[in-house]
Amino acid sequence: MNTSTAHTDHYDPESSKIGMWLFLFTEMFLFGGLFLVYAVFRNKYSADFHHGAHELNAFIGTFNTVVLLISSMTVAMSITAIQKKNRKLAVNMIIITIVLALVFMLNKYFEWSYKFEYKLYPGSPVMMNLPQGEILFYGLYFMMTGLHALHVLIGIVLLVVNIFKIRSGKVHHERFSLLENSGLYWHLVDLIWIFLFPLLYLVT
Amino acid sequence: MDKKEKHITSYSLFAKVLVALLILTTISVLITEIHFGALSVAVALSVACVKVALVLVYFMHLKWENSFLRIMVAGVFLLFALVLVFTFIDYLLR
Repeated sequence: MNTSTAHTDHYDPESSKIGMWLFLFTEMFLFGGLFLVYAVFRNKYSADFHHGAHELNAFIGTFNTVVLLISSMTVAMSITAIQKKNRKLAVNMIIITIVLALVFMLNKYFEWSYKFEYKLYPGSPVMMNLPQGEILFYGLYFMMTGLHALHVLIGIVLLVVNIFKIRSGKVHHERFSLLENSGLYWHLVDLIWIFLFPLLYLVT
Repeated sequence: MDKKEKHITSYSLFAKVLVALLILTTISVLITEIHFGALSVAVALSVACVKVALVLVYFMHLKWENSFLRIMVAGVFLLFALVLVFTFIDYLLR
């Protein structure tokens, strides 16, 4: 680890963090727009939304919620570890987070392929023959969970980058802004799922 | 950066927050099993809001951030609430 040259270049964690939060605000409104559409159509087609939510597997939803919550804790712990100069633990915590993220994605894969088996996907003849409200429900379901899954994948890439940066000594106890901001991104992914889970899987 | 020392959150606090989040998840799953009708939406969303608050305050470190950031985050949530309210005022009064 080379700390002597680390301070010669520009490093401003406060500004980076504010920049990251500003980006997260735009992300919140990206999903917020979809939540808004969900709220209005749920109001209009409550019976169809009720039926659609009933069809989703609440067990997989609950399992994935638990997985994401644990992964949020491990990524937070990795920041504590790096601040306490425990690089090994920090890397291990990130690895656990990535494994949990992959478990989440695997579940999502099974969940989606189960629906594809029944020819239920956006634009399919089976879906188009459903009542109007259910078309909207499944459309929103695929759009929201798909966009969320894309964020999980981006989060995995960010965390992998962090592992390499910690190993090469570019991220350490005095310079962990990258890990901190990646952690914020990961928590946002968790945050969105916390709202998605009851709205799509539970409220029937 | 060196004007105040950085706060280091303990592992045990994160673990406690996770336990609280898991308990809240269990509550929301159990409550929707009972079928309160329209009320279950409100209950499920209230529980979700508490969970989101826990994640924001502890995991996302807002408890130890300066008030500038905290006010901004609160403002964004308020803005979204306003957008939601105005959309429904428009939608319901058509």
